[in-house]
Amino acid sequence: MAAKTSASFVDPFIRIAVSLFEDVSRQTIALLGILLASLLIVPWLVNDYLLTVLIVVLYFAFTGQAWNIMMGFAGQLSLGHAIYVGLGAYIAAVLFARFGIAPWIGFLAVIPVAAACGATIGFLAFRFRVAGVYFAILTIAFAEFARIGFDHLDYVNASAGLFLPVAQYARNDLWHLRGNPTMFYYVILAAAAFAFVVCRALLKSRIGYFWLAIREDEQAARAAGIDTFRYKMAAVMISAVITSFAGVFYAFFYNNLFPEQVFNISRSIEIILGPIIGGIGTLFGPILGAFVLTGLAELLNAAMAAIGFDLPGAKQVFYGICLLLVVVALPEGVWPWLARRIGVSESRQ
Amino acid sequence: MPIDVYLNVAVAGILTGLVYGLMALGLSVIFGVVRVVNFAHGEMMSIAMYLTVLLFSGLHLDPLVMLVPIAAVLFVFGYALQAGLINPFISRPEHSQFLLLVALALIIVNALLILFGPDARTVQTSYAFDSFQWGALIVDATKLYAGAAAIIAAALLFAFFRFAPVGKAIRACADNYTGALVVGLDVKRLYALTFGIGAACVGAAGVMMTLIVDVTPMIGPAYTLLAFVIVITGGLGSMAGALLGGLLIGVTEALAGLLFTPSAKSMFAFAILVLVLLFRPQGILGKRSI
Amino acid sequence: MTALLSLKRVSKRFRGLLAVDGVSFAVSAGDLFAIIGPNGAGKTTLFNMIAGAIVPDQGSINFAGKPIGGLPADAVCRRGIARTFQIVRPFPALTVEDNVIIGALLHIRDVGKARTRAGEILRSLDLFEQRNRIAATLTLPDRKRLEVARALATEPRLLLLDEVMAGLRPTESDRMVAILRSLNRDNGLTIVLIEHVMRAVMALASNVLVLDHGIAIAQGKPEAIVRDSAVVQSYLGAEPV
Repeated sequence: MAAKTSASFVDPFIRIAVSLFEDVSRQTIALLGILLASLLIVPWLVNDYLLTVLIVVLYFAFTGQAWNIMMGFAGQLSLGHAIYVGLGAYIAAVLFARFGIAPWIGFLAVIPVAAACGATIGFLAFRFRVAGVYFAILTIAFAEFARIGFDHLDYVNASAGLFLPVAQYARNDLWHLRGNPTMFYYVILAAAAFAFVVCRALLKSRIGYFWLAIREDEQAARAAGIDTFRYKMAAVMISAVITSFAGVFYAFFYNNLFPEQVFNISRSIEIILGPIIGGIGTLFGPILGAFVLTGLAELLNAAMAAIGFDLPGAKQVFYGICLLLVVVALPEGVWPWLARRIGVSESRQ
Repeated sequence: MPIDVYLNVAVAGILTGLVYGLMALGLSVIFGVVRVVNFAHGEMMSIAMYLTVLLFSGLHLDPLVMLVPIAAVLFVFGYALQAGLINPFISRPEHSQFLLLVALALIIVNALLILFGPDARTVQTSYAFDSFQWGALIVDATKLYAGAAAIIAAALLFAFFRFAPVGKAIRACADNYTGALVVGLDVKRLYALTFGIGAACVGAAGVMMTLIVDVTPMIGPAYTLLAFVIVITGGLGSMAGALLGGLLIGVTEALAGLLFTPSAKSMFAFAILVLVLLFRPQGILGKRSI
Repeated sequence: MTALLSLKRVSKRFRGLLAVDGVSFAVSAGDLFAIIGPNGAGKTTLFNMIAGAIVPDQGSINFAGKPIGGLPADAVCRRGIARTFQIVRPFPALTVEDNVIIGALLHIRDVGKARTRAGEILRSLDLFEQRNRIAATLTLPDRKRLEVARALATEPRLLLLDEVMAGLRPTESDRMVAILRSLNRDNGLTIVLIEHVMRAVMALASNVLVLDHGIAIAQGKPEAIVRDSAVVQSYLGAEPV
């Protein structure tokens, strides 16, 4: 009897899990399996430096996936995603530093704020038909507004920066996100995997189809009965909430927050580079893009260190050239091109 | 505070606003004709500002003398950019063009950072501390010259589009792309010319801006955003709107700097943007479109 | 019998031009109603007002006994009016099947069931074999049928078709005529179509409305319309029947 109850309780989850891999080709499952297995064992194989690089890669795979919901699925170009990272980082950090509230509880407080912020931007833009690049500019304006605002907000130490107490914990404390890089690695790996699964589930669901319709042709989508305002709002809010978790992670991984850095427009651009280089609207694009971009940037750093060269800005020039080349030569991104080469198809892109 | 303090600050804001307006005019002209959003606009202005600083510190050339040559350099830069890089993107999706210019902006900002370092550069002209006084009104000489030059440049631009045959041809392109092709206009060349003219505007604005503010590599993105705020506030596709928006934002920033703190002044520009979007989404002088 | 769709003195002005001037007509359930007229007569403007893409300046539009004039396009579609566009607009980067699934998801919440329904519709429109192709790669006749399929998937009571025959060869337009007739007769779907191809109108329509310069100049059975001298002068005279 007890076994039966637990089976019927577990059953829907199994069905959801199975449906997630419905009509996924064998190659794709194999690819995913290899990727996940190698990412799981990585901490035993690499040193702390490489592990930190991989944390950055997974961080951008996570934020790229979240940004992709807006641009890749629903076709709304946001260039101000740093605002959600910043809100998540500051709220969780303040709650921890001042009240000792664990980041996971803090994230519960972040969720409504990030959603409300996304909803405000979305409402202003979609109600008043601010579309395309003007929408992008509105998102930048909000991020800049937040940057200047936090720069003058004494409660979070304004431009002097907010610091988390860095206690030397003898062991990893997952609940308070205090520990060594290996723990942070697994946290961000889990987050990136979660974002991947959520994005796939969204894309395969009713709302995902409606987003694609809006991305492709908003007027035709309306003619097909889709309440485009409502679904665009949903895209902004979901993307905002997922992105804000990256902020929580950021605060506890780096332990210091400066408005000038967290909300800076170049943070927003870093978020969008991965999915653009990897392939907008694809599920593997943000992951591949994050690997390619961070990998190349680290190679550049290493090369410059080897010849004893230190140029602030060189990495950004390199990012700019990468972006330029991809936009000119591979406008679909690297993944769709690569997928055709290796014979893996991602349906519906 | 006495009323004349407000008056002085407002006049300074108007003069700065004229330079803002000229900068935004460049953006508006490029968008109105080529339909490309120049996301590297502020960065192009910072190139002009560094040229001014270099020529001043190296050859002691006065910024006002350098106004026309530097605008010409930016014209060539803009022309080449459109002809070489952007023209193939005309038929690409909007976000694709936008990302191309984001990439360009990223490269410009950081190339300037590599070349000149992060420190602020400034131009100390002989008249840097001069001012004119009319009764209670005191006006900085630099701001007055900058504002006057902006008015002249804007007037020349208006005249060009109204009277010059090339200017009329460009307007024809803006009104009807296919029609312009049909009557045999070389649209690609006209687009490149337009981008060059927009770049020259922002170049001239950059030269005058060095009289008012210090230049760092990082000001590019901030001015790009400011130009957008001005253009959207004034009304897309309206040249007069860009100037008016510039004045409005200039005065708002100046008064906000006086009443609150100068470093927070951009917040008020954004607040105006949000108000405009809420109550008059087409901008102050924009026409409503469906 | 009350009309499914009725318009009363509907007008729309663009700047100075009166595009639609006080047009009234009624479409009964089960009707196959054609709107004809020369270019610039205001046919598409009239359609856009019914479909909610444009708000009428004056007049009332009623559907199934309720006013719909001024409702947004998506709300009109949810009330049961589906449309196609004069210049076809399938979702270009998506597959044929996904295009139709999107339509079907309006009333079917489950994606699997929507896919089944989309399959049925694609079969009835001879598009099933092409279901995995990207919409942008289809030929024009196929894209036109795809638009009809997507519209049908929203389970409309009234289908608005804006020149679905234009640009089709005679064999292709005969195929479309057969499809529309079957939808109308076998499924009882009410259809309003704008059409230039008179052969199709004569073959299909049970009622015809003639627009000229925004004014309804004639209305009646197709056989009567072709004999109407005003119609012949303004429109049919220019084209052989």
